[in-house]
Amino acid sequence: MSEPAKNPSETLVEITLNDKKISAPEGSTILDACKQANIDTPTLCWAENLTPVNVCRVCVVEVEGSRALVPSCSRPIEEGMVISTDSERVNTSRRMVLELLASSVELDRADKEIRGWITSYGSNPDRMGNSSEIKTSKQPVKIQDDLYVRDYERCILCYKCVEACGDDAQHTFAIATAGRGFEARISTEFDAELPDSACVYCGNCIGVCPTGALVFKTEHDMREENSWDPDNQKVTETICGFCGVGCNLELHTQDEKIVKVTSPSDHSVTEGHLCIKGRFGWQHAHPEN
Amino acid sequence: MPDIKFGTSLPTDSEKKAVDETIESHGPVTLEITERLVYAGRQRTQERRHLLLPALHALQHTSGWISPGGLDYVCRVLEIPPAEAYGVATFYHLFSSQPPSGDQILHVCNDIACSLNGANDLIDALKKEGHETKPSPCLGQCERGPAVFVQRIASQDTVVFDADLKHIGKFLTENSEKESIKLPQAGSDSLRLLTRVGVLDPNSLEDYQSHGGYEALKKALEMGDEQIIEEVSKSGLRGRGGAAFPTGVKWKAVADEKGRAHHLVCNADESEPGTFKDRVLMENDPFALIESMTIAGLAIGAEKGWIYIRGEYPIARQRLTAAIGKTRKSGLLGDNILGSGRKFDIEIRSGAGAYICGEETALFNSIEGFRGEPRNKPPFPTTNGLFNEPTAVNNVETLANIPRIILNGGETFAAEGTDQSSGTRLFCLSGRVALPGLYEFEFGATLGEILDAAGGFSGPGTLKAILLGGAAGSFVTPESIDLPLTFEDTREAGVALGSGVIMAFSDEDELTKTVLRIAEFFRDESCGQCVPCRVGTVRQEELLIRIADKNPVEADISLFDDLASVMSDASICGLGHTAASAIRSALNLGLLETQ
Repeated sequence: MSEPAKNPSETLVEITLNDKKISAPEGSTILDACKQANIDTPTLCWAENLTPVNVCRVCVVEVEGSRALVPSCSRPIEEGMVISTDSERVNTSRRMVLELLASSVELDRADKEIRGWITSYGSNPDRMGNSSEIKTSKQPVKIQDDLYVRDYERCILCYKCVEACGDDAQHTFAIATAGRGFEARISTEFDAELPDSACVYCGNCIGVCPTGALVFKTEHDMREENSWDPDNQKVTETICGFCGVGCNLELHTQDEKIVKVTSPSDHSVTEGHLCIKGRFGWQHAHPEN
Repeated sequence: MPDIKFGTSLPTDSEKKAVDETIESHGPVTLEITERLVYAGRQRTQERRHLLLPALHALQHTSGWISPGGLDYVCRVLEIPPAEAYGVATFYHLFSSQPPSGDQILHVCNDIACSLNGANDLIDALKKEGHETKPSPCLGQCERGPAVFVQRIASQDTVVFDADLKHIGKFLTENSEKESIKLPQAGSDSLRLLTRVGVLDPNSLEDYQSHGGYEALKKALEMGDEQIIEEVSKSGLRGRGGAAFPTGVKWKAVADEKGRAHHLVCNADESEPGTFKDRVLMENDPFALIESMTIAGLAIGAEKGWIYIRGEYPIARQRLTAAIGKTRKSGLLGDNILGSGRKFDIEIRSGAGAYICGEETALFNSIEGFRGEPRNKPPFPTTNGLFNEPTAVNNVETLANIPRIILNGGETFAAEGTDQSSGTRLFCLSGRVALPGLYEFEFGATLGEILDAAGGFSGPGTLKAILLGGAAGSFVTPESIDLPLTFEDTREAGVALGSGVIMAFSDEDELTKTVLRIAEFFRDESCGQCVPCRVGTVRQEELLIRIADKNPVEADISLFDDLASVMSDASICGLGHTAASAIRSALNLGLLETQ
């Protein structure tokens, strides 16, 4: 959806990206232009199906004339903009953002590419001090029902779940950021248990979570018993049969059993979002569950 | 009806009444029926959401906390999802999510200036007496600390200051009656902004008018909007809140945005540690701010002005509220200002304990009823400000210069001070000086001259360092005594003029503790939105604690440099950008070195 339309009559804007002049459609963000130029840019809070909130700051780039670095995910390109994505300042900031997160949040279940960036940018979270002596997000896992697990010691506060629950997808507004500073957290009102909150169990928050803080209970339980094995999972595309909308489903199966359901974020009907039926209505396929 | 799920807790009768009265006092709430009935999330609506902050204040004031029943009632009336309203309520220090234990909470300032005067002993003493006591960031009472903000349930909040540890029992009752202003330069004919401070009755419009008040507004109405901006541009006036942006340029940018409603916002959220200038102006010359805002509103084509004042300034809020009522009655505010047919009115909004809300875009979010998280810039407020409409945000002191520019002309104003820093500047002197207080000097005065005017260094030992510009500023040593405190000279010297803070320290003060307090301040005040600041301020404080009693090794310095870089380069707003600057200057100057 966010791919710029390939319309030849569209106005092009010329920018200088890492000393090379390139043209990109007007209205593109710097990140769009980087993608067009095949420049790998780390992102954590950005997703193609959500409004950019530019809070993680890992995608920052240097723009000539701007004192501070600029978040590439949300900054539109302008004619004549001179951008550098691999200067020392950019690399230091990216390395530090990842280092700060890795020192405070458990990232072992984060998306593969996130763990890859921690290595490739040379982050060394250990130098922040012994994890027992520094502040971290360590806390007990929240299991309040049969569908969701919320493991907030893995939460990097990227706001994606809040956006998916709010007006980027579901319009339920069951969760929001509460508290302030390092105590800021994703919460229901007065930390009410999820079944008592406004949550409708669409699972869209889980769908967008990049670090495994929000997971399906099936996945959580399998991880606990060490049987979660993404390398041996198969993805089968199908269309949800519960109503006439026609949402694309991706059934993730392991050992002939459905373990998780997603929808492609570039799909024109769902934009990656589903409802409780599409997301969790597969359990009748395995009656012994 | 919007599809929002509310809770089942019920409000008390007094909570319900307080919320209803607050909402009614803001005029009828109209709910425009649009295609989209979900009023929440990032969908900005002016209709109801902006009443959330006043409604939360009403709850806190009535019951001493934000109770589940009270919050749920507010959510139903304003059609706000409870999770979002809870997120807003828990953002502010002055809103409590636990029931109160007594009928008041004492917020005792133990920030850098007050802690030099025994604030931490005061906290211990008050706790011993059984008071519910919370340490507080700077309360803007630095010239007369230690100070306490008394947050009361169901009666007027107040501030007590000049605490005497020997008479702690009587302090809370007696000092709250104390009259406030002691202006060290009182009567001096060099004063410009402070001429009426301590001279006139801040509750009397007639008194203000007999001291030349409202002459400037009359002249401004004759001049016309473009001419006002022209004079302000010619005056070279630059913002006094810290960023030093040229006021004329800002006003012109807003005035040029045709076709949309414009706003004027007075930033009175003065919270930079060591700063108290705007408090003195608002408490003692409130009509001047209202007149200045009226002129500014006319110039930029705004019919609505907002004063966002920090919650810890109850006296200033009371006086400004009373003054707005009086000016409205006299036709100086409202639908037909002085019979000109022009409209302008002012609304006061109270902050609730959040330094970050002094950042202009966080301030917009706070007024709009969202968490006080700064927005990414661009777009800038002049095109996308309050309610996403063109907005000029000006500091109290900046606005206070306007009447003089109108009356005497921009060129006369520009002739004062230096080429690049025109006019006068207010300086907040505190710490180890003989006569702490608010001072006004024509730009060009050196640090030494200003310190001398305040009676020079006073205290045990000798002068070791001076903090310029507050916690977001930088330390200098007595070697900088000849530095003229102008925008250009401070920039060249790599220090900050900021909000005009000058705080002196002796070699017998424990500067390590001061620096740790600054680190703690930024950790507490970070909004938590972006990673560099949310985690960076925590790691910075931890690092300083680790190296507090020993000289740092190379690894410590390189970690500090990296933390400072990521905060200043990659944070969203000025808080993160400056969170390491004072600390870095202290390290560079060797102020923390152990002997």
